[in-house]
Amino acid sequence: MKPGWRELEEGGKILNAGNSAEHKTGDWRTFRPVLKEEVNCTHCMFCWIYCPEGCIEAKDGKRADILLDYCKGCGICAKICPVKAIEMKDENEFK
Amino acid sequence: MKPKALTGSEAMANAFKQIDPDVVAAYPITPQTPVMHAYSKYHADGEVTGDLIRVESEHSAMSAAVGASAAGARVMTATAANGLALMWEIVYIASSMRLPMVMGIVNRALSGPINIHCDHSDSMGARDSGWMQIYAENNQEAYENTIFAMKLAEKTRIPMMSCMDGFITSHSVEGVNLFDDDKVKEYIGEHRPRYPLLDVDNPITQGPLDLFDYYFEHKRRQSEDMFQAKQVFKDTAKEFSEFFGKPMEEVEKYKTEDAEYIIVALSSTCGTAKEVIDNLREKGKKVGLLKIRLFRPFPSNEIREALQDARFVAVLDRSETFGGFGGPLFTEIRSAMYDTNVKIVDYIYGLGGREINMQMIEQVFCELESYETEEIKEYVKYLGVRE
Repeated sequence: MKPGWRELEEGGKILNAGNSAEHKTGDWRTFRPVLKEEVNCTHCMFCWIYCPEGCIEAKDGKRADILLDYCKGCGICAKICPVKAIEMKDENEFK
Repeated sequence: MKPKALTGSEAMANAFKQIDPDVVAAYPITPQTPVMHAYSKYHADGEVTGDLIRVESEHSAMSAAVGASAAGARVMTATAANGLALMWEIVYIASSMRLPMVMGIVNRALSGPINIHCDHSDSMGARDSGWMQIYAENNQEAYENTIFAMKLAEKTRIPMMSCMDGFITSHSVEGVNLFDDDKVKEYIGEHRPRYPLLDVDNPITQGPLDLFDYYFEHKRRQSEDMFQAKQVFKDTAKEFSEFFGKPMEEVEKYKTEDAEYIIVALSSTCGTAKEVIDNLREKGKKVGLLKIRLFRPFPSNEIREALQDARFVAVLDRSETFGGFGGPLFTEIRSAMYDTNVKIVDYIYGLGGREINMQMIEQVFCELESYETEEIKEYVKYLGVRE
């Protein structure tokens, strides 16, 4: 349950720094980045650098999972990938 | 205390000087120019310590004021008419972000056709912007209201407009009793902003995106706090009166106690009306004036109490609503007086600086008296326009 008007700080101020983590922006997404099975990712880490939301996980110097909680589906990762290993798929396909 | 001969603008600029805000951001526009002219001189002469930001437009003036206030500064600005219109977008943002600044408004007609003289169309247009508004009858009040406004704005964290009539008040010389600098300094005290942006140890966000799931709650809170500001006004006014020995009230009741016919007005017209009332009282007429000093938040209870025993009331509106039922003051007064037996009529007058003189006000009282025997045919009339 979201707070009622009496509980909110005046003027729309947000007092807890870093609270944007509470606001999962992944539900805006229309297209979802998916790794293509037939293309070998070279772990160049371009997607990791370019993702504006930090949704590409990195482990031991290699690209790991794509985390979808904050992924808005902008498609930058797919666009920047030099070997075209990421495909943007319609969200409806996952419902 | 010896009065000084000052224009209304100089009186207001003296209030600015004595408050000595951290930041003043303003752009000149007739008839506000002399306020900023005088303040700029204080600044150039080192009589004030705050920063003066000379911006390229009123939109920038209000934007700079918002930024400075959010950062934690005590902020003032001033404008008039089209300048206020150009600020419009940011005027709402200042109040929505609950930034307690004071803006001097030297009331002037909005264009077009272009006109530099007094009416209240500028500040009445901003009546729903979430700012408090106080109106000055004369130079002394322009000075006192501005000092008071700073205190009230910071207590409520609601910005306030301190309004005076363009030219009639702003450019006319009257005797003004200025308080001692130290006394004003003591009264105003230190500014303690709530959650300033420059408090880097406690980082916060101001002005975030606020969509359908929070905006309504924030507006409801803003509305409630404006409503609560009525009581804060009362407490702060009492404090002001005790501190300076000067009255500060939402409304001034001038000979209304036994009055059958009452005029309601704002600003300099009240001075003219008082003179007419004194003359008519000598002739045995039971007439009075209700001067509205605080327009936002609207003191409906005080107005109702002051007018409820009158027979006929005339509201004088110095602005037009174009298609509304009467001027902005009239519609609110009628609403406050709903289900009483008082009959209320409206006169739109003085647009673009058109003169309102004693004969015209006497004519209004005559017309009110005539309704004892004649039916009211028109509830909204125009006073002083050529037919």
